[in-house]
Amino acid sequence: MSLIKLEKVTKVYRTGEVPVTALKEINLEIGTRAFVSFIGPSGSGKTTLLNLMGVLDKPTDGKLLINDVNIVLLDRAEAAEFRANTLGFVFQNFNLIPVLTVYENVEYPLLLVKRVPARERRERIFTLLEKVGMIDQKDKYPNQISGGQKQRVAVARALVTNPQVVLADEPTANLDHATAFKVIAIMHEMQRDLGTTFIFSTHDPKIVGEAEILYTLEDGALVNQEITKRN
Amino acid sequence: MRNLIKIAVRNLFRYKRRTLLTSSLIAFGVILVIVFGGLAISFKTQMIGTLTNTALGDLQIHRKGYVESIDNLPLNLIMTGKELAEVEDVLKQDASVAAYSPRIKFGAMISNYAQTSNIRLSAVYPEMENRTCPGLVGRIKSNVSNPDQFIRPGELLVPDNLMKGLGLKVGDEIVLVATNKDGSVNGIPVRIGAIIESVLGPGGKDGYMRIDDAKTLLRMDEAEIVEVAVHLKDFDRLVAVFKTLKEKMTTPESGLEIHTWEQLSPFASIARIVDLLILVVKFILISIVMVSILNIMTMSVYERIGEIGTIAAIGTRPGRILSMFLMEGFAMGLMSTAVGLIIGLGLLWLMNLTPIDFTFGMMQVSLAPRIPQGEVILVTIIVMFVSIFASLQPAYKASKMEPVDELGHV
Repeated sequence: MSLIKLEKVTKVYRTGEVPVTALKEINLEIGTRAFVSFIGPSGSGKTTLLNLMGVLDKPTDGKLLINDVNIVLLDRAEAAEFRANTLGFVFQNFNLIPVLTVYENVEYPLLLVKRVPARERRERIFTLLEKVGMIDQKDKYPNQISGGQKQRVAVARALVTNPQVVLADEPTANLDHATAFKVIAIMHEMQRDLGTTFIFSTHDPKIVGEAEILYTLEDGALVNQEITKRN
Repeated sequence: MRNLIKIAVRNLFRYKRRTLLTSSLIAFGVILVIVFGGLAISFKTQMIGTLTNTALGDLQIHRKGYVESIDNLPLNLIMTGKELAEVEDVLKQDASVAAYSPRIKFGAMISNYAQTSNIRLSAVYPEMENRTCPGLVGRIKSNVSNPDQFIRPGELLVPDNLMKGLGLKVGDEIVLVATNKDGSVNGIPVRIGAIIESVLGPGGKDGYMRIDDAKTLLRMDEAEIVEVAVHLKDFDRLVAVFKTLKEKMTTPESGLEIHTWEQLSPFASIARIVDLLILVVKFILISIVMVSILNIMTMSVYERIGEIGTIAAIGTRPGRILSMFLMEGFAMGLMSTAVGLIIGLGLLWLMNLTPIDFTFGMMQVSLAPRIPQGEVILVTIIVMFVSIFASLQPAYKASKMEPVDELGHV
């Protein structure tokens, strides 16, 4: 059974008088425990596609099912609930809250979204921070750690709610190659250990090779699907 | 809820200096209300207490139409013996009434055989008057050994300014001349028993004598009472007791009227102005809180657009985002109020260590500022309510933000 299924998904933006087609009739399926990457040049529709799969936006046309739920039918509150229970996000700019420590940043979704008892919260955070190698930095603030470390914290934050899917848009764009590989390695490790599906976009050719399934987008259309050596 | 409070407090202390500045401003508003309210309420209470306890009584009962022509001190608007008996009966049966005092009020000429002036006289039964206006004896400028007999037979208490004007001293004999209700003029010699401070200011010409002496002067067979002053056990129940007594006494056929001190004294206008000033200060507080919270919360929302996008993306429901920002505004209001109350009440406590004494008119006022519990609760409720209200718009804006727009990208 597919975890994510897109059938003829089209997205048209109507800003101004000229409609812009960002995605054209995309069909694809992503299974559980997958490690998927979308590549393509700027403006190819990677971010739009991730927005749709992240239930942050809705397709103009077509059908998008995640866990057999047609996300087109969800209202704002239901969409938020769905994201909280199913999805995790890693952002290109890390989006850590500057005035919170590493520990508090990872804790934030548990305080806001999930009602997890304090003890379990602490256990989950410690486990994840250990897995991403940030336990020693838990009391530091984002401005006291490096970009790679910030992204590791962001990965821990995305995983702390036990999502089925983590979506990451250009997670390594702001990192040097060595750090980028480390972050991808951590994501891979989490995929193996926790069974989480990772979907990320990138235009870094060296990182691309780390994906198990590789989709190529061009001008909003899916032009290629490749199963890489890692699969 | 606990998590929301935790996050709200944590968010507030992100920008410590800004939070402290805004909090100080709100706390200042609360202090202003507490201290000004404490002083103003204390002043008002003192003044009302002085007026009611030394002259007016809390309530007064008259024949209908008396208060309209009170400046003329008419002697034809008297209570009949039956009416007085009924009034006394009602007052004695009412547990809220501490004491009452029948009075004859009239105008007279006072002469030292060389000069003449006019005087407003209250003829009273000293014992009853002392119980009804327990502060009256305190206005007498000599030692009163027995307050229940503060005027002896054949004596007159004369206000300070008349004593000076006529060059009198205690013990002097003067002549009182008055016209009774039939138009007959009579005069009697009386001795000045003591000087009494005027409660109504330098123009006051109010003196006291015994009812028996007034009967002689006015050639009355029976005391023809024009006024009954009433003292209540609990002044705070004035309105309720007034209503009860009014229902019992002022039936259409009774021909009597009853008034509270407010309807009889011009100071009631000052008291209303004091209330108005307190209200103005409360409005200032509301404005301070409204502007401060609206400002800080709006800034907070605009500064945290990216963060709002992030928390919305990770699945925070719009309602929870709204609650989060409302809670921040509420927490800010609560903290500021707590600080304001502590400082404000502390200042009142310090002021009470050295009471503030001054003269208002002829009244010696010693302020012991205190704020009623109800006012403290009201101030807290106002700040809390306004804090939430002022946070509503920014919070609503935050909750309506679309994560995909605010993040720019996922």
